Amino acid sequence: MRFTLNGETREAASPPMSRLLDVLREEFGLTGTKEGCGEGECGACTVLVEGEPVCSCLVPLVQVDGATVQTIEGLGDDHPLQHAFMNEVGAQCGICTPGMIMAALSLGDSPSLDEVKVALAGNLCRCTGYSAIYRAILKVKSP
Amino acid sequence: MTRWVGASVPRKDGIGKATGQARYADDLVFPGMLHGRTIRSTVPRGRVRSVQLDFDPTGFTVVDFHDIPGRNACELIEQDQPFLVERDVRHMAEPIVLLAHEDRERLLAATVDIEYDADTPVFDPLESQGVLKAIDIVKGDVDAALAKADLIVEGTYRTGHQEHVYIEPNGVVAVPEEDGVVVYGSLQCPFYVIKALKSLLGASRHIRVVQTETGGGFGGKEEYPSMIAGHAVLLALKSGRPVKIIYDRVEDMVATTKRHPSIVRHRTGVTRDGRLVAMDVEVVLDGGAYVTLSPVVLSRGCIHAAGPYRCDNTRIRGRAMFTNTPPNGAFRGFGAPQTEFAIEVHMERIAETLGMDSVTLRELNALAPGDTTATGQVMRDDCSARLVLDEAVRRTDFRAKRDAYRGSNRAVGLSLFYHGAGFTGGGERTLNSKARLDLTERGVRIAVGSTEIGQGTRTMHAQIVAEAMGIPYEAVEVAQPDTSVVADSGPTVASRTCMVVGKILEECAVEMKTRLGAMSPAEYFAKHGGFSVLRKFEPPDWVEWDDHTYRGDAYATFAWGCDVVELEIDRDTFEVRPIALTAVHEFGRPIHPALARGQIEGGTAQGMGYALLEHVVMRNGAMANAQLTNYIIPTSLDTPEFDVVMLENPYPGGPFGAKGLGELPMDGPAPAVVNALRALALDVREVPATPEHLAECASR
Repeated sequence: MRFTLNGETREAASPPMSRLLDVLREEFGLTGTKEGCGEGECGACTVLVEGEPVCSCLVPLVQVDGATVQTIEGLGDDHPLQHAFMNEVGAQCGICTPGMIMAALSLGDSPSLDEVKVALAGNLCRCTGYSAIYRAILKVKSP
Repeated sequence: MTRWVGASVPRKDGIGKATGQARYADDLVFPGMLHGRTIRSTVPRGRVRSVQLDFDPTGFTVVDFHDIPGRNACELIEQDQPFLVERDVRHMAEPIVLLAHEDRERLLAATVDIEYDADTPVFDPLESQGVLKAIDIVKGDVDAALAKADLIVEGTYRTGHQEHVYIEPNGVVAVPEEDGVVVYGSLQCPFYVIKALKSLLGASRHIRVVQTETGGGFGGKEEYPSMIAGHAVLLALKSGRPVKIIYDRVEDMVATTKRHPSIVRHRTGVTRDGRLVAMDVEVVLDGGAYVTLSPVVLSRGCIHAAGPYRCDNTRIRGRAMFTNTPPNGAFRGFGAPQTEFAIEVHMERIAETLGMDSVTLRELNALAPGDTTATGQVMRDDCSARLVLDEAVRRTDFRAKRDAYRGSNRAVGLSLFYHGAGFTGGGERTLNSKARLDLTERGVRIAVGSTEIGQGTRTMHAQIVAEAMGIPYEAVEVAQPDTSVVADSGPTVASRTCMVVGKILEECAVEMKTRLGAMSPAEYFAKHGGFSVLRKFEPPDWVEWDDHTYRGDAYATFAWGCDVVELEIDRDTFEVRPIALTAVHEFGRPIHPALARGQIEGGTAQGMGYALLEHVVMRNGAMANAQLTNYIIPTSLDTPEFDVVMLENPYPGGPFGAKGLGELPMDGPAPAVVNALRALALDVREVPATPEHLAECASR
């Protein structure tokens, strides 16, 4: 199985029905993608496949054959959203943060607050009550 | 003016979390590591008749109670909860056998057949004969005052279980070391785990506990991680290899603790002009199958049961009962959200009975400096009940809105609440917490066991130290909680991490500064080398508490809150849509306003879930909806806009005037929501107020 992971072509040896989440975390050591529920409800494992946010716990490896996959590690450590999440305290415990940031990446330019809420509706946060996350995203996307 | 305290500096752990580099328990991998799994009881009560391993044992490590070298009891308040069942099963999902294997697929495929002699379980705390803990608080003469009251208002209020739903499920890794074992885990209280493991292993084995980055706690990682750590350690010592146990969401929800369900009954005597003259309160908590922390949850629940009101004659009788369900445990608020729900809904009903404005009723009876609580504690100048009430009513134009919405599908509701900071009564004195500051070549290092679970421990402690020493925030580093390195600053619970541990750190910092004289930390280190300052907590000298009579200063101080919620109901589906929530909180002074705001917004959202959505369905003693698919917590679309107001009333015993904050926001939303529903003519007396329940209320 071959796919583009964070801009590089990678060959995966895991069985084709392996969860993409496990392949990322265990075969490639990209542990920034988190598991919160294993059933596509919490969004902590959100990655971008062909630019679209998906729950990597629900995606079998075979489905990304030939596709592009982006994880939080693909953003490096200097992305404006990362700084905004830090400065606006959009991250408390931090376990939902990588998934939140990946979901936020799929937003277009200058989203309204309602558009942000809809984009994040598949990502659960138990710490912040979401408000600080909106503040972080709007600061970057709708300054 | 302060430079660091009061500023929203960057979180110490912010960028690690935003880049995915922060390491949580499941991110750790060790050479030769096995995965661990827990085989659990499938009856709520009975005796184990036989255990049969039904798989090829090659490559497996199998542990049962015979493998325990020390004591088979998870050390907490009592020693009644076994790490592994020996014979008697007292609840569903109780651990019986542990398995480990390096291949997760094989591990999950293994089956163990356990036969039981089943007994009849008890699920209803009101039918249980087992009193786990009883507490009686008595002030004045309630019976005489009730006899003389103009009116008596009675009511019974109920709250259900609540699941923490930290987004990172529980997990630990145990790694054998030369003469002992080290445990890495997602946990709140590393020194609780050490205590439990010492009892489990007996002998003089060297044990070390290291807190990994923790993806939320809310009390759910206060006591249960000791159990999981024990299991991982038993497997690691038997196999001689590192063992990782990570619960999946279902196991986490079925097996670990939840908020105690409650039944609270009020009988209140009032005068016609609205003064509370007698409060008779009965509190019943469902403790579950073992003692765990229930006695102290009951204690906090009872102390808060009369609400933030003055009443000369008060009697609070509390009972925590044994049932055959998994033990209920610590959860943000720790008994107070249950009892404050009851009193705040009851106050609304008292006002209704009197034909009085419920805000006026609260204004008349709210605690003020000089008044005494049910335990006889005299309120000091840091009592802010009226301050928060007045501001919330003014800011939301509450009375006008309430009147304007009458007869529509929209309503506003209000709640007034308080929360005692720190351990109850003499608890802080008994804990005798310590904190240490080290002078290092890099600057100053904080070495405490207080854990970062998202609330901002590292950041806020570093601000306090930087401020007290007059050095840059960046020059203060915070040691990872490792029991072999840090001082035991007590558990990270009870809204005590800022107020209590922060205060000891402030004192350490002042002492270190004195010793440095005119030198900077770097200059001093270059000349004399490093040194450490260790200090213990000294509660204020006026705090007096009698644990036998339950009289005295239950808490050194209280934080205060008033919530106003605005919501809309669909009269056909009974779906409730929260629109806005104003939270006016007074907690001394915020050390880091953005973190404090995050505590209020997050705790309030959790409280909104408790009020409307979060319904734990118990079937045959186990959670039947143990999935995020059907146990619903608020999403972005369920959460209203928050208007957060932080009022200041400094508490002299806290660092730079700060009180505890973490739990306060959990106390207010449920009664505010139910009081708004009452304004819509729905006589709701329990939470969660699901559409199904509201439909029932409407058809009564």
